[in-house]
Amino acid sequence: MDFDLSSDQKMLRDTVASFVKKQSTVERFRKLREEGKGWEADVWAHMGELGWLSIPFPEDVGGFGASFVEVYLLLEQLGTTLVPEPYIPSVVLAGMAISKGGNAGQHDKFLTPMIEGQTSLAFAHAERGNRHEAGVVATTATKSGGTWSLSGQKVFVLNGHRADRLVVSANTPDGVGLFVVDGSGPGVTRQTVRTIDEQGAAIIGLDGAKVDDDRRLGEPGEATVALIEHVLDYGAAAAIAEGLGVCHTMLEMTKAHLKEREQFGRPIGIFQALQHRAVDMFVELELLRSMAMLAAMSVDSEDVHERRRALSAAKVKLTTSGRFIAQQAIQLHGGIGITDEHDIGLFFKRQLVLDKLFGDDVHHVQRFTDLPDFAERT
Amino acid sequence: MDLSFSAEHEAFRKEVRGWIAEALPPDLRQKAELDSQFSHDDTMTWHKLLHAQGWVAPGWPEKFGGPGFDATKRFILTEELELAGTPTLSPFGLSMVGPAIMQFGTPEQQERFLPKILSGEEVWCQGYSEPDAGSDLASLRCKAEDDGDHFVVNGQKTWTTYAQYADWIFCLVRTDANVKKQAGISFLLIDMKTEGVEAVPMLTIGNQPAFADTFFENARVPKANVVGQINAGWTVAKALLGHERTLLAFVGSSRRNLRRIKRIAAETSVGGQRLLDQPAWRGRIARLEIELEALRMANYRTLARAQLGKAPGPESSILKLRGTEIYQQTYELAMDLMGHDALSWFNEPGVIPDHEQWVGPQYCYQRAATIYGGSNEIQKNIIAKWILGLPSK
Ligand SMILES: Cc1cc2nc3c(=O)[nH]c(=O)nc-3n(C[C@H](O)[C@H](O)[C@H](O)COP(=O)(O)OP(=O)(O)OC[C@H]3O[C@@H](n4cnc5c(N)ncnc54)[C@H](O)[C@@H]3O)c2cc1C
Repeated sequence: MDFDLSSDQKMLRDTVASFVKKQSTVERFRKLREEGKGWEADVWAHMGELGWLSIPFPEDVGGFGASFVEVYLLLEQLGTTLVPEPYIPSVVLAGMAISKGGNAGQHDKFLTPMIEGQTSLAFAHAERGNRHEAGVVATTATKSGGTWSLSGQKVFVLNGHRADRLVVSANTPDGVGLFVVDGSGPGVTRQTVRTIDEQGAAIIGLDGAKVDDDRRLGEPGEATVALIEHVLDYGAAAAIAEGLGVCHTMLEMTKAHLKEREQFGRPIGIFQALQHRAVDMFVELELLRSMAMLAAMSVDSEDVHERRRALSAAKVKLTTSGRFIAQQAIQLHGGIGITDEHDIGLFFKRQLVLDKLFGDDVHHVQRFTDLPDFAERT
Repeated sequence: MDLSFSAEHEAFRKEVRGWIAEALPPDLRQKAELDSQFSHDDTMTWHKLLHAQGWVAPGWPEKFGGPGFDATKRFILTEELELAGTPTLSPFGLSMVGPAIMQFGTPEQQERFLPKILSGEEVWCQGYSEPDAGSDLASLRCKAEDDGDHFVVNGQKTWTTYAQYADWIFCLVRTDANVKKQAGISFLLIDMKTEGVEAVPMLTIGNQPAFADTFFENARVPKANVVGQINAGWTVAKALLGHERTLLAFVGSSRRNLRRIKRIAAETSVGGQRLLDQPAWRGRIARLEIELEALRMANYRTLARAQLGKAPGPESSILKLRGTEIYQQTYELAMDLMGHDALSWFNEPGVIPDHEQWVGPQYCYQRAATIYGGSNEIQKNIIAKWILGLPSK
């Protein structure tokens, strides 16, 4: 048993930490938000040059061949300053779907340019009626000749408004399939939606969108549903990792505020009620960190039940610990915490988004209790 | 990062499991499976069996008769014992006064006391708290006055766990009343048979005589029984707190209770449906199980550092805090699942199922878990100051 990092892992973490400190502080996020820009293509390309976009993919598809622990380390750092580049939708979701579900030709065509930072991707699975279920898909795919025709609607697709390509789930006569669709192809409409964290998403309309059969990832049916569930678990592990960074910053900001802000002639951090609240936040942060590590180490597991158990438990912790930290961070800041001008609110909102993605708390409690050994396991 | 235990450690876990299965006498096994409620005699029987196996003091160095285990083996042994529900050994000799004597005692004291702590021939209790000195321990007043080669001890200790079974008590006593309060305290070992020492057991809200008032009236104690320097008892006590910060967070005990919770939920039906199949109960059980899982991972992080010989990280400070809360919640949930049965108080067999008998009393008694050993509020004060660096004046 070992929770230490290898020297390569430490180097990666330190490089990303230095990037966020020097090149992507919260001010950058705030500025992009004001300009309505979302994220920047040259920063994305820079991440590609640094090799960050290749981390979780095997070497034979042009990846770095690292474990998900490296992704966890990177995302935790990106979370500390709200770096807005679409790492989760592009690398973790669509990237993993193509890497695991696609063939060599598809890797070359769709994954390689993303790894280089030339394109970005999105994963279009969520629909109004499926919440977070992997196997429930109303969008249809029908085939005539060598071409599929996709119809339906996908909601809150992260990076869906900007992605060059979308990995779309759709129901075929043989079960659910995954297809790589051009973001600006015919039959595809994209409505940008504002999100609570101002990072944006899209509602994707598919109206007989044509997709060649060589853009189908693997065989439709059970295997693809299993892949979608695995991809959503990668998303959950990623959300937990980024959420850990977000929560870490909220506690740091709160500690600093408790030491600086004076009332009754003393720093407010002297008041025991607030000290104990801050300790409660710290306790939750350390528990969340423990579970983020568990999630990162378990998400590659081939044992589906162990993976589900670990990921669901960790995702529930992101909600229970994360919301507690976020809400108390605002409370302990007082009135200033309610202003848009103060950064704490930006973190508060990002936590909420991560907490809602890839299965919320109730969804994961349900999945946890659905495990076959729930009745006996301790 | 890697979650698996080494082959050597896995083998050790197997060995421990196998040994427990063989060594635990049938009557103790029955109690372990039922509810892990043991008498003092049961506990001492188990102490002696563990001693014969060489495992009674997993944390002691070989020099003093310990097995020389690494941190992971210590953890595995404790976890397996807790999971099996075997009697919990008294910590006062093995984990408190023993290590204090190793660190601060004279060779004579080490030779005199340590072997009998290991063998269980002498049972210890802890005399720190007094009626007016609880969280503010340094304000203690029980005094030891100089009388040549003896001290004469007068005063009262309270909440002394299992004093009625103890052969010896280790006390913090005031040996100088004219200096700063921490500076006038000594760490003194007192034979419970000394004339003028009396332990009066008290009933707890769990209906057990788990602790006592201990009175000292002109009790004469040889000066040779001071551990460390006279008036340096606070240093000994502080170091001992370090020993008390074990790698434990009641994880094994809480997991055992989770097993009991699931058993109660499986064996209780309402309207023909098992509680274990009802979504609201399943959700409550799952949420507690998830909190316990997070605690277990935090515990593993601490353990992994200890195994590498590193100082405990910040996560270790949350273990006592969170571990005691979760342990209490396991009893609370078990009690809730029992419905009316939770109202039963020490009735004849048959009124409620046997394995439910102790849930109510334990729910009551274990409120103590967040009070003793430095209350959770005191733990929070410490974390606020030393880990979060918040101002104290
Ligand atoms: C079951 C049990 C077994 C015990 N066994 C032993 C034993 O064997 N030997 C022994 O010496 N002692 C023993 N104790 C005593 C135990 O260590 C004390 O109860 C503990 O230190 C608290 O002291 P107190 O009971 O006087 O409570 P108090 O110190 O009076 O505390 C009352 C309440 O005030 C809070 N409080 C106190 N000070 C502060 C502060 N500065 N900031 C915030 N909150 C504060 C406490 O957390 C608590 O909630 C035992 C206690 C119990 C319950």
